[in-house]
Amino acid sequence: MGLALVLALIVVAEDQDQGVSQRIFYIHVPIALTAYFCFGLGAWKALLLLWRGEERYDLESYVAIHQGTIFGALTLITGSIWAKASWGHWWLWSENQLVLFLVLFLFYCAYFMLRFSLEEGSRRARSSAVYALFGVVLIPVSFLAIRLAENLIHPTVFTREGPQMSGSMFATFCIAWAAVTLLAYVLYRVELAGKRLDADLRELREVLQ
Amino acid sequence: MYLADVAALTRKDLRVELRARDTLPAMLLFVVSTLVVFHFALPEGTGDAAAYGLLWVAIVFTALLGLARAWVPEHEHGVLDGLVLAPSDRSAIWLGKTLATLAFLVAAQTVALPLFVLFFAPLDATAIAGVLLADIGICAVGSLMAAMAAAGRSRELLLPLLVLPLAIPLVIGGVGAAVSPEAERYLLLLALYDGVFAVLSWASFEYVVTE
Repeated sequence: MGLALVLALIVVAEDQDQGVSQRIFYIHVPIALTAYFCFGLGAWKALLLLWRGEERYDLESYVAIHQGTIFGALTLITGSIWAKASWGHWWLWSENQLVLFLVLFLFYCAYFMLRFSLEEGSRRARSSAVYALFGVVLIPVSFLAIRLAENLIHPTVFTREGPQMSGSMFATFCIAWAAVTLLAYVLYRVELAGKRLDADLRELREVLQ
Repeated sequence: MYLADVAALTRKDLRVELRARDTLPAMLLFVVSTLVVFHFALPEGTGDAAAYGLLWVAIVFTALLGLARAWVPEHEHGVLDGLVLAPSDRSAIWLGKTLATLAFLVAAQTVALPLFVLFFAPLDATAIAGVLLADIGICAVGSLMAAMAAAGRSRELLLPLLVLPLAIPLVIGGVGAAVSPEAERYLLLLALYDGVFAVLSWASFEYVVTE
């Protein structure tokens, strides 16, 4: 995984030819896509929890949304850096994708507030699951709402004609995307294992007392 | 049978409010005071558009006030457990609560909207339609979120955090319906939001309220 990351950074350094500021896009777009994917995964696990009722889905959903929020924060930061470099502003309200992402990010930050205010148990698991599902439903509705309200000037990288990038840039993008996805997966597995160990430890402690 | 359950629950909430008279007067007074504050908050020379935006802030926060108190009677005396044990569909509890909260919100707005027209700017039919549609959305989603928050600690703090991101499309729709020349598209958006989230809240209430 580390190798993939290093590879991505070196390749990015080799293939850029449109100015330094454009480079961060190789990382920013995969991070954004990964954040969306993590939120989707969290909601899928949440649905499985409500549907099948197995307890492990709660932790998996939580970890996925945790990862999504971390990557979401990174998206907003890398996006702001890129925005400052190319548009001269850290933030623009007239940008649909930014505003949509901010709304979603706020929504999932509130997820943690909900989770921490409830006692551990099936109540918390179910409420969190329902909330996670609301999040993914919010994505298209917010998208429509925000698009109604404003115009789009975020560069459309993937239009209907296909990727708007030259061959080598597309290759770099794909490598960067694979690297970031791999990173997210590794973090997900590590955090999940850590949290499961925590839970097992706590159970053992309770049994011993 | 189902509708009879819903009607009974709604009637119960309305009757409790009529006797206790604490939530609705608070909402009314809150919305009127907020409108007065807005008069001082808007600097000289800002147009009508800003006033419509502030109207929607007032509506959202008044709704939050009503929602915060919505489930309190149920939790205080263990009524919610009794309702959940009853042999009816649990979603009827949500629907009854939503309709009652909606009634309170609309009642508060029958005072607030004429005052808004008096203080600030006129409201046409699409604006009022927007307010009504958004009311449905906010009560539907808010009832569910309030039920979730009520189970934990710091519930008054938590409810606005949970509801505000969900309320953003409603505010966009409502302000658009009031301000934009293409108001029908915003009304369609509000109707879509209401449809999607009301069904989702109705379906998922059972999971929130049972163990």
